Amino acid sequence: MESMLHITTLHYLVLGAALFLLGVIGVLTRRNVVIVLMSIELILNAVNLNLIAFSRMWGGLHGQVFAIFVITDAAAEAAVGLGILIAFFRNKETVNIDEVNLLKW
Amino acid sequence: MGGLAYNWNDYVLALPITLLALFSIGILLIDLMIPPETKWANAVTALIGVVFSAAGVYKIQLMLDQRHSAGTIGMMRTVIMDRFALYFFYLFLAGTAVAILMSIRYMKDEHENHGEYYALMLLSVIGMMCMAAGGDIVLIFIGLELMAISTYVLVGFLRRDRRSNEAALKYLLLGAFSSGIFAYGLSLFYGLTGHTNLIDINRELTRILAHEPHNPVAIIALLTTITGLLFKIAAIPFHQWAPDAYEGAPTSITGFMSVAVKAAGWAMLLRILLWGLYPMRTIWVPMLVFVSIATMTGANFAALTQTNTKRLLAYSSIAHVGYMLLGMVAGSATEFSIDGLKGILVYLLVYTFMNLGAFGVITSLRHRNVIGDELDDLNGLYARAPVEAVLMLIFLLSLAGIPPLAGFWGKYFIFFSLIESGHYALAALGVLYSVFGLYYYLKMANAMFMSQPEGGRLPVSWSMRIALAVTGFATVFIGIMPEKFIDIVNWTLGMPQGATTARLFVR
Repeated sequence: MESMLHITTLHYLVLGAALFLLGVIGVLTRRNVVIVLMSIELILNAVNLNLIAFSRMWGGLHGQVFAIFVITDAAAEAAVGLGILIAFFRNKETVNIDEVNLLKW
Repeated sequence: MGGLAYNWNDYVLALPITLLALFSIGILLIDLMIPPETKWANAVTALIGVVFSAAGVYKIQLMLDQRHSAGTIGMMRTVIMDRFALYFFYLFLAGTAVAILMSIRYMKDEHENHGEYYALMLLSVIGMMCMAAGGDIVLIFIGLELMAISTYVLVGFLRRDRRSNEAALKYLLLGAFSSGIFAYGLSLFYGLTGHTNLIDINRELTRILAHEPHNPVAIIALLTTITGLLFKIAAIPFHQWAPDAYEGAPTSITGFMSVAVKAAGWAMLLRILLWGLYPMRTIWVPMLVFVSIATMTGANFAALTQTNTKRLLAYSSIAHVGYMLLGMVAGSATEFSIDGLKGILVYLLVYTFMNLGAFGVITSLRHRNVIGDELDDLNGLYARAPVEAVLMLIFLLSLAGIPPLAGFWGKYFIFFSLIESGHYALAALGVLYSVFGLYYYLKMANAMFMSQPEGGRLPVSWSMRIALAVTGFATVFIGIMPEKFIDIVNWTLGMPQGATTARLFVR
């Protein structure tokens, strides 16, 4: 009973890998730019989960510090991303990735 | 091990970065105070910042020389300040200075002459420096993101222009995606080794791989990390963002991205693969062989059909990445060839000047109602602006690798290192594609010299003339007298002056 309740590093890693894959699938298949940005956040959160789990496993603080930096980075990326999206929306009135088609070979 | 407090040494190491940060904040403040007519003052401030920062780099160089050491480690072991880092610092600053000179007139013509533009450029250089001098994956990642996020904004700086919006959006989505994958790989390496320091990771990886040569976690970590790295240098199959971002961005920023940002990507790739992940060399070399062949093939063929000069040069710069990647492949099964690294460094040096020069000429075509980035806009350039046309020809021939221009030496050292280590087939393929590339460069030259001119004489601003003079001079001068510049690279790698071969550098 005890051992069933025990959550190991592996559990976190599996959850992290699942989140990462969901994020990758989201980026590759969703057509709405806002949802793509959310999928990227999902990937970065998978990274955070990994880092925290490993940090606990190794007993150091490096992973947690890295995670705080990744969170900051995700916030900056989201801010700039939404800013660019708004500038784009003003000129084109769409957030659909299939209509981002001015530049192509 | 130094404890938790920073000492004087650390502050000196941070000098170039601190100065750039101060100047970029200064530009933001000054921008608020000056009237619209004197916005050029922002560019001047940025240039002064670059010069001060270069003086800071020189100060570090003097400090190292005084101690007769090849490098030092500081900031709680997160910064490796060796000659490799200093070399890249100078390269970033030179590229940025020329790009600033190219921007002054262009941004005025686009009616987007804001101080933020120059401030963001300086901020992205700070990111590049953190990447080149990073000894810790946390610092490298933060540097990468600082550079990337600043560049996303710069690409979308022409906010009324749809192409610019679109380029920024594509660059942001793919860039952020690749950073996420890259960070995932780094987190796995941290988990595997328990360290974030590159030297510690190297040590632990050697130990782990000695036990288990094909550790699955290590392989997954390597795959994700290398994907992120190849995304940043725009190697096929991770290149799709590059032509779009290059075409839509303001042309001066395209030039900046194609040299400084790309050099930073290379600095990061070399740092991580050669310092951190060197024990996995037997696994990443085959990957790079594949990517390199795909990059040379895909980019050279895609460039053939382009009608937009910025897009054409984007594919050409992807092809150059393919040649440079060959330098990573050189070496025997057990040891990396220092000549390959030397080839990459020489290549990056000459590439910075010739590619910036080519983008400079295209930037100068923008005036009044002409965007100037179609191949037809080059028509009859020789009649409209003879000096620029001749310079462009020099840049194009140099990009194609024709001796005695600078571009030849980059390719020479890479192919030389391949032949030295017995990779004859790859060297032959590289030479073949270089010849192939001549076709699309000469297509541009043909338009300049053989077609009928449209429009009158081309007005070229003073700052642009300086930028073109510097890049043109460097392209010709490095081509004719390469010894001096080769010696700079020898110095960087700790090789004796005039050497052609040497052992692996000091870690």
